[in-house]
Amino acid sequence: MKKLYYPTIIEQKQIAQGIFSMKLQCDEIAGTALPGQFINLYCKEHELLLPRPISICETDKQKGTVMLVYAVVGRGTESFSRLQKGDMIKVLGPLGNGFKIEKGVNIHMLVGGGIGVPPLVELSKHLKGEVYAFLGFAHNPILVGKLKNYGAKILVATEDGNVGFKGNVIELLDKKDIKGDMIYSCGPKPMLKAVSEWAKGRGIRAQVSMEERMACGIGVCMGCTRKIKKKGEKDWQNRKVCTDGPVFWSEEVIWDE
Amino acid sequence: MSKPDMKINIAGIELKNPVMTASGTFGSGKEYGEYIDLNKLGAIVVKGVSDTPWKGNDSPRIAETYGGMLNSIGLQNPGVETFIKEDLPFLEQYDTKVIVNIVGRTIEEYCEVAERLGDTNIDMVELNISCPNVKEGGVAFGTDPFMVEEVTKAVKKVAKQPLIVKLSPNVTDIVSIAKAAVNGGADALSLINTLLGMVIDIDRREPVLANIVGGLSGPAIKPVAVRMVYEVAKAVDVPIIGMGGIMDGEDAVEFILAGATGVAVGMANFINPTATIDVLSGIEDYMIKYGFNSIEEIRKGLVISDF
Ligand SMILES: Cc1cc2nc3c(=O)[nH]c(=O)nc-3n(C[C@H](O)[C@H](O)[C@H](O)COP(=O)(O)OP(=O)(O)OC[C@H]3O[C@@H](n4cnc5c(N)ncnc54)[C@H](O)[C@@H]3O)c2cc1C
Ligand SMILES: Cc1cc2nc3c(=O)[nH]c(=O)nc-3n(C[C@H](O)[C@H](O)[C@H](O)COP(=O)(O)O)c2cc1C
Ligand code: FES
Repeated sequence: MKKLYYPTIIEQKQIAQGIFSMKLQCDEIAGTALPGQFINLYCKEHELLLPRPISICETDKQKGTVMLVYAVVGRGTESFSRLQKGDMIKVLGPLGNGFKIEKGVNIHMLVGGGIGVPPLVELSKHLKGEVYAFLGFAHNPILVGKLKNYGAKILVATEDGNVGFKGNVIELLDKKDIKGDMIYSCGPKPMLKAVSEWAKGRGIRAQVSMEERMACGIGVCMGCTRKIKKKGEKDWQNRKVCTDGPVFWSEEVIWDE
Repeated sequence: MSKPDMKINIAGIELKNPVMTASGTFGSGKEYGEYIDLNKLGAIVVKGVSDTPWKGNDSPRIAETYGGMLNSIGLQNPGVETFIKEDLPFLEQYDTKVIVNIVGRTIEEYCEVAERLGDTNIDMVELNISCPNVKEGGVAFGTDPFMVEEVTKAVKKVAKQPLIVKLSPNVTDIVSIAKAAVNGGADALSLINTLLGMVIDIDRREPVLANIVGGLSGPAIKPVAVRMVYEVAKAVDVPIIGMGGIMDGEDAVEFILAGATGVAVGMANFINPTATIDVLSGIEDYMIKYGFNSIEEIRKGLVISDF
């Protein structure tokens, strides 16, 4: 039977302004998680009832650890940031479907925006061939060193030109004009939409990891839907980000709402 | 010490215990079946089913609030035929009762679903005239006693299984609605559905839900739900299934003391996948602690003193 876990936090640190990384000791999740999956984190506060979905940034199967990277944006994530090494946290997962890793794909393009970068880290470890990581940030890059260590060629854009190219990640994609075989993308919705159009224009297949407000995280409540039109279907359907996604083929997403 | 008897009876159907799932919070059982033994439940109440597939509302459909959540799903479901083909065979493997929540935009649509289910071996039908998230049907039927009686009567005529009517709390007088449902032929009542609410994101200055308003559930609504069960139980003779913010066995006992025969667990499933089983053992613990021999005894056990 599946169940909730109560792992211990073995590391918690601030890696940039308002962004934290948290490492959990959880053999069960580390042992089975696939790149692109997420877990539900529960808050200690009783009034914050719903779980917060957070992507798995990295796992270490040998050590049984799971790394998460999250931005403090509200009361739930603020509460997580106050937890310390040795504290326990309630979690459910791994949840959702990860990125599809297909054979015959040689040039991989990771396209991450801000707090969408974390799931690309674990993914990069599983890709064979050339891996380019196009990473866009407002000001402060995160996780660049890790991606580099795992062999990705790093291309960074910051909106204010603090580091790397000055501009957004789409402009960076335009500038470098690398023709990959597959794009894997995670970030804010406008970025995913632009990546999707960019990929379409160049005939590159793209997978996008979407976000939506969730309740159950396991496909029960129908709360987390996005309009998706699968190949061969006449009309779109509201499909669940938690169990049909969070990763979708970009050409299946209905972007204009 | 022997285990207390937890059996209950609703409209001639015996449930092994009073714990059910609240419609829409348990899908058709498959997902939570990976976390709990579904055989242990008194009944599984499945999500709302309509005659043809419904797409539901736009996202965001979920907003968290203090001690609760709002949803504006809009009864997205694949329709009764798909339910019968794909979900029912799964449910039939289990030794628990199956109750199907039905929805419609018109009386005819409700009747069509009830009739179609008449050919199956589900145990009961729950008429949802209380969903606040659809423009037609749903709560439009549930807030006017005349309409409540009409739709109940019409569905009762075609339904082959006992009929539960699920009431909306978004009314000024729940008792008159409950009486109308009973007059229309309801074999049991379930209450409450969600309370209409709204959440605004002040940074963006826009409602969180795409639908603007949505239904509030969770611990935040429990006192309202307990009060409504109490008032309705005094006024009608049919069994009541109580729900609204039940998180543990103690919450469930509160509903039974207020007059409910059965209890349903909703939002709590999202916070704890084993919530239903925990509620069940919590009720049992309470019975042992206070020496109750049956659910019926608890139900009759509320003490109201005159001061
Ligand atoms: C599949 C998935 C993976 C994610 N991975 C990460 C990650 O790796 N790192 C990270 O920092 N964030 C991630 N997010 C976003 C993260 O879930 C939200 O930032 C977080 O829930 C905010 O909670 P809060 O209480 O701080 O904010 P509040 O705004 O106070 O939250 C209120 C409610 O809204 C929900 N909510 C708010 N923002 C979002 C959002 N963007 N997506 C979904 N629900 C939201 C919350 O869960 C909560 O129920 C992910 C979201 C999804 C759906
Ligand atoms: C996500 C969600 C979906 C729901 N869907 C239905 C539904 O399809 N039919 C129905 O009668 N009630 C539906 N409800 C209402 C619940 O069955 C229940 O009446 C209500 O949530 C109060 O119980 P709770 O506080 O334990 O959740 C839904 C509630 C939620 C949270
Ligand atoms: S969060 Fe409940 S179905 Fe996706």
